Amino acid sequence: MNTLLIAEHNNQNLSESTVKSATAAAQMGGELHVLVAGAGCAGVADEAAKLDGVAKVLLADDAQYEKHLAEPMSALVVGLADGYATIATPASTNGKNFMPRIAALLDCSQISDVTAVLDANTFERPIYAGNAIQTVRVSEAKKAVTIRPTAFAAAALTGSAGVDAIGASDNPGVSEFVSEELTKSDRPELTGAKVVVSGGRGMQSGENFPMLEKIADKLGAAVGASRAAVDAGFVPNDYQVGQTGKVVAPELYIAVGISGAIQHLAGMKDSKVIVAINKDEEAPIFQVADYGLVADLFTAVPELEEELGKVGL
Amino acid sequence: MKILVPVKRVVDYNVKIRVKPDQTGVDLANVKMSMNPFCEIAIEEAVRLQEAGTATEVVVVSVGPTQAQETIRTALAMGADRGILVQTDDEMEPLGLAKILKGVVEEEKPDMVILGKQAIDGDNNQTGQMLAALLGWSQGTFASEISLDGDSLNVTREIDGGLQTIKLAMPAIVTADLRLNEPRYASLPNIMKAKKKPIDEKTVADYSADAAPRLEIVKVTEPPVREAGIVVESVNELVDKLKNEAGVI
Ligand SMILES: Cc1cc2nc3c(=O)[nH]c(=O)nc-3n(C[C@H](O)[C@H](O)[C@H](O)COP(=O)(O)OP(=O)(O)OC[C@H]3O[C@@H](n4cnc5c(N)ncnc54)[C@H](O)[C@@H]3O)c2cc1C
Ligand SMILES: Nc1ncnc2c1ncn2[C@@H]1O[C@H](COP(=O)(O)O)[C@@H](O)[C@H]1O
Repeated sequence: MNTLLIAEHNNQNLSESTVKSATAAAQMGGELHVLVAGAGCAGVADEAAKLDGVAKVLLADDAQYEKHLAEPMSALVVGLADGYATIATPASTNGKNFMPRIAALLDCSQISDVTAVLDANTFERPIYAGNAIQTVRVSEAKKAVTIRPTAFAAAALTGSAGVDAIGASDNPGVSEFVSEELTKSDRPELTGAKVVVSGGRGMQSGENFPMLEKIADKLGAAVGASRAAVDAGFVPNDYQVGQTGKVVAPELYIAVGISGAIQHLAGMKDSKVIVAINKDEEAPIFQVADYGLVADLFTAVPELEEELGKVGL
Repeated sequence: MKILVPVKRVVDYNVKIRVKPDQTGVDLANVKMSMNPFCEIAIEEAVRLQEAGTATEVVVVSVGPTQAQETIRTALAMGADRGILVQTDDEMEPLGLAKILKGVVEEEKPDMVILGKQAIDGDNNQTGQMLAALLGWSQGTFASEISLDGDSLNVTREIDGGLQTIKLAMPAIVTADLRLNEPRYASLPNIMKAKKKPIDEKTVADYSADAAPRLEIVKVTEPPVREAGIVVESVNELVDKLKNEAGVI
């Protein structure tokens, strides 16, 4: 029995999270098919066809799928579900939204946020904000899985699968897209960035975030934040890193004015190198930091900008 | 309009949990339990709709052990009108739970169900969406703002790229994200009043739902620990280490 990976994309480009999730999905048994549902997204299907290990791409190109609303997406996927033992998607806000709806319609269980595939039916996933790892086995005919992309390497783009256009299904018609307010940024996307610079409550106000942005620009980094910084309105909600925000695992994570609550650590402790800048030497963030600097951020961050300049950045 | 709010009793978010040495799960003995924080936000939203005159009744339901009564009482002290405890000592999976909640919805006939987006113990983030599927209702997950607009509900959602607003046909399922509101603390008089509010006791069998577990938990283990790092004395040293030791810049 095969695996269906539902691609995450913006109708123009396949997301990096899908490229990583393909690596996980390829370990889930049978042929790997990718579903690209969207509007005007044929180019995305062509990209998906290059993913290593993919046998076939299904393209559902219809206005109702443009925003990946849960109701039409699940109607579509339920109609395709025969022949698939596993239906998977990245654990993005889209996937988290539609996947449990698909699972319930198919009367199957969902395994959320999978970080390791032990065999086609056995998975690891974090629980309690990553303070425990659960190994779970599903022995039923069907299952839904959301994949934590940061736990997997990107699939190679050496494949050449065929693309089959498929028809749309009936829209349940109970939901409608109204508008969106997307955060504009020229910096890399937070979950895929090689370097992330995050600020917390210690930043004191949104006006001080440009300090971090200057560092981010030197390092080609994305900017993130703690929940406290988002709640205080310093930065938009989609900056939040943590148990209930985004999970990141960059090469370098720099936490500035962040105490290191378990809910924050849950979103960044798998980073390769962690730097913490905090004036309180007792702050829990120092327990996970590879390099800790006990200092006032308002002097340390401008100094960091200068020192990075000195090494040619 | 009637609103149903399912709430879960979970390990308090401040507790540092411990994995049991025999790897069968997490040690819950003598651990502080509280209402799941996202459920508090859900209750708060329902109570505000009632205070605004939009909702006429707020019913809270919890599926869990007898002690989940305390969680229900907390919700009643925040302003919910009455509670339902579906008593079970079994660990629930989201699908089974959604089936029970579907039974509660069919009995109570609410116009809206507000849940938390995620329970912070299992971190599943599934129940609301599954309940919406089973009922054939629309869903507005990760809500940071909701507003009624005639017969429909506008929901602003926290999504990866920012915020998205959708319009839903009623009845609808909403799941609460962090920015939906800031839950109140129950006042002492309201805590006293809550003691007199009714809590119905039910069992899983009352809803003839197939809620038996379907997943096998093979084991629960500690996450890998990070090796202790070092404290650097200056920014200059930090940059040097990042460049020449870690090689990440
Ligand atoms: C249900 C739930 C979900 C949550 N989800 C998340 C989540 O996803 N992500 C998340 O981040 N949090 C989350 N939290 C919140 C979490 O518990 C913490 O409250 C939050 O992470 C704290 O943010 P902070 O470290 O910025 O603020 P604080 O804990 O207030 O820390 C600020 C730090 O800044 C330092 N500081 C202050 N001034 C300076 C200065 N001038 N120079 C240097 N250092 C300074 C202080 O020493 C302190 O350590 C969640 C909480 C709950 C209940
Ligand atoms: N045992 C339970 N009883 C009542 N509601 C629950 C229970 N478990 C989860 N929920 C609801 O479902 C939401 C999401 O939980 P989950 O899908 O487990 O992450 C919670 O915030 C609650 O609103």
